[in-house]
Amino acid sequence: MIEAIIINGLISGGVYALLAVGFSLIFGVARIINIAHTAFYMLAAYFIYTFAHLLGLNPFLSVVLSVIIVILIGLVTYKLVIDPVREHGATTLIVTIALAIIFQEVMLIAFGGHFRGVPGLVSGYTEILGVKVTYQYLLTFGVVLVVLLGTWALLMKTKLGIAIRSTAQDREVANLMGINVARTGMMTMAIAVALAAIAGALVAPLRVLEPHMWMPPLVTILAIVVLGGLGSIKGSFIGAFILGFAETLVVFLVPSGAFLKGAVALTIMLIVILIRPEGLFGVAFEEER
Amino acid sequence: MNRVMKGAILLLLACFVMVAAGCPAPVVNEIKIGVIGPMAFVQGEHHWYGAQLAAEEINAQGGILVGDEWYQITLAQVDSNEMLSVTDAATAMEMAITVENVDFLVGGFRTEAVFAMQDVAMGYEVIFLGCGAATVELCTLVADDYETYKYWFRVTPINSSYLGMVDFLLLGMVAEEIRAELGIETPKVAILAEMAVWADSIVAAAYVYLPAMGMEIVGEWRPSPIATEVMAELSAIEAAGAHIIFTTISGPLGITYARQWGELEIPAASVGINVEAQKEGFWDATVGKGNYEMTMNTYARVNITDETIPFIDRFVESAGEFPTYNAGTYEALYILKAAIERAGTLDSDAVVAELENTDRIGTAGRIVFTDAHDVTWGPGYVTGLGVQWQDGEMKCVWPPADGSWEGVVYEGAVDYVLPPWMVEYWAP
Repeated sequence: MIEAIIINGLISGGVYALLAVGFSLIFGVARIINIAHTAFYMLAAYFIYTFAHLLGLNPFLSVVLSVIIVILIGLVTYKLVIDPVREHGATTLIVTIALAIIFQEVMLIAFGGHFRGVPGLVSGYTEILGVKVTYQYLLTFGVVLVVLLGTWALLMKTKLGIAIRSTAQDREVANLMGINVARTGMMTMAIAVALAAIAGALVAPLRVLEPHMWMPPLVTILAIVVLGGLGSIKGSFIGAFILGFAETLVVFLVPSGAFLKGAVALTIMLIVILIRPEGLFGVAFEEER
Repeated sequence: MNRVMKGAILLLLACFVMVAAGCPAPVVNEIKIGVIGPMAFVQGEHHWYGAQLAAEEINAQGGILVGDEWYQITLAQVDSNEMLSVTDAATAMEMAITVENVDFLVGGFRTEAVFAMQDVAMGYEVIFLGCGAATVELCTLVADDYETYKYWFRVTPINSSYLGMVDFLLLGMVAEEIRAELGIETPKVAILAEMAVWADSIVAAAYVYLPAMGMEIVGEWRPSPIATEVMAELSAIEAAGAHIIFTTISGPLGITYARQWGELEIPAASVGINVEAQKEGFWDATVGKGNYEMTMNTYARVNITDETIPFIDRFVESAGEFPTYNAGTYEALYILKAAIERAGTLDSDAVVAELENTDRIGTAGRIVFTDAHDVTWGPGYVTGLGVQWQDGEMKCVWPPADGSWEGVVYEGAVDYVLPPWMVEYWAP
């Protein structure tokens, strides 16, 4: 049973991490709490369904096209809706909620409330320590590691990364240093939305495609980023695995209480932030940024 | 004289205009029926398609004869939005009655919403034929407070108690198959039921009936109704050594579950209630991984009565989809037509009295209402079906093709098949 708990905890945590990292990135560097993050994930899933299933395109081509289209949609909405209000935290929050609901309603009109399945990029399963795991889950787990490394490298090793971090630290000083702050914000949004779209491509085949599919993961992601420390990518990564393992433990140890796995995960988050309000890897004061 | 001439010319012009515009159509009597349901979802769509099909057929035959006069049916589509908001459902019902001025109502799906809609309809003394919610209590209200709730009737599905009975009959059939084919005398059962009130009674009954039916329960997994995946649950079920997964799932989780069950080749037969597996879109939604999933259902391409297959064909032709039990609005309109014609009036109380006398060979069986205005279940009435997905087709596997259940046989039924990976895993 221990093997099954470890494998399932890792897999579950990996899926959560993929969704949480993009959310954390846009908050960490642009201070935007983008509630529409998982709505972009939902859009990507619908585009993949349209291209791969309805139009019969190659699945990998469908993923590439979907990611590009979702990035463009993300950039347009950032420029037209988020950027004008980004200095006002509460307004940005409300605006992104509105965006998510608009996306949801548009998909509801276009596709109806039918539950659909997105074909996986790979099919079949393998056994690890005697526990069955689908290849799609393994792919997701692998991609989350690559994405995390890639994001770290981008932020730490490139000029764009320096610009993003500078803008996050002090927008005005970054501007005075010659950094194009507006373009940096756009690039950050593009990266975050791309991460959401990649998550859509990998996670959607593991879930059911429907217009409200963005809501359940959003709650978990919020719990993860708060647990890990708002804006800390490392914290989100570790927080995702903590909640993944917590949920798996509930299923294995209290089967008839499996419905409580979400509540248990949220309770862990509450306990952590009561002891350490800034989360596991968050900064205690804004000035420390 | 000039005045006379002018008058004559004006009269001629008036006649000319009338002729040119065509003679005014004779006044057509109209019965307005509200079709209420979640129209953005498959349940509401099938409410609508079923009602539309019946209305077209009835109108083509002249309509409904009330006394000496023929009435045409006009349908009003009422979106209850009940999947997302119970309040919206009650408001939609209020609007249908007070603004759309509907004479009768058919539809409803989600229990909580139907309770709210039922109260509104009963308040206005408008007859409401339910075609979606299974909860027994919707009809218990009729028995407890007849004067208030007599305007409510349930056409589909059979109520949740009867659903439970069929559920255990299906489980018993699968257990017998495992005994016969794999030589396992006491099959182990994992209960996988969403954490919802309607599932509680089935889970409680399982602990009573399963040991008596020669089965052993190895665990009870209760995921949230809004859970998005059950991979950990499936791992735990496999580790528990279950031969059967007894499902009670109503939401989209049923798709993820069946897909992961098939893809991981969990060596346990899956049987019970999986509402999503009742729909034609299930095969695509699971990307074909839901093969061998078995669930209770209302319709399958079998001759429950002589009406069944012609209805399914007409429904598929007009809607492009296989009907779910929500398409029972088709039946509801025919039941209503017959009751109105027998009553000879549109007066609600008179129509209620005739609805109580309903005895119709319908598309899902013989429909007779109980004293609580519920559809009667049993051999010779509506029985429900057990269906299994076999290579992309939803096949009827219960009542068994050999007539071993009360001698009931529906032409077109086939044998139940254990998943081959399960047979391979447990074969002696």
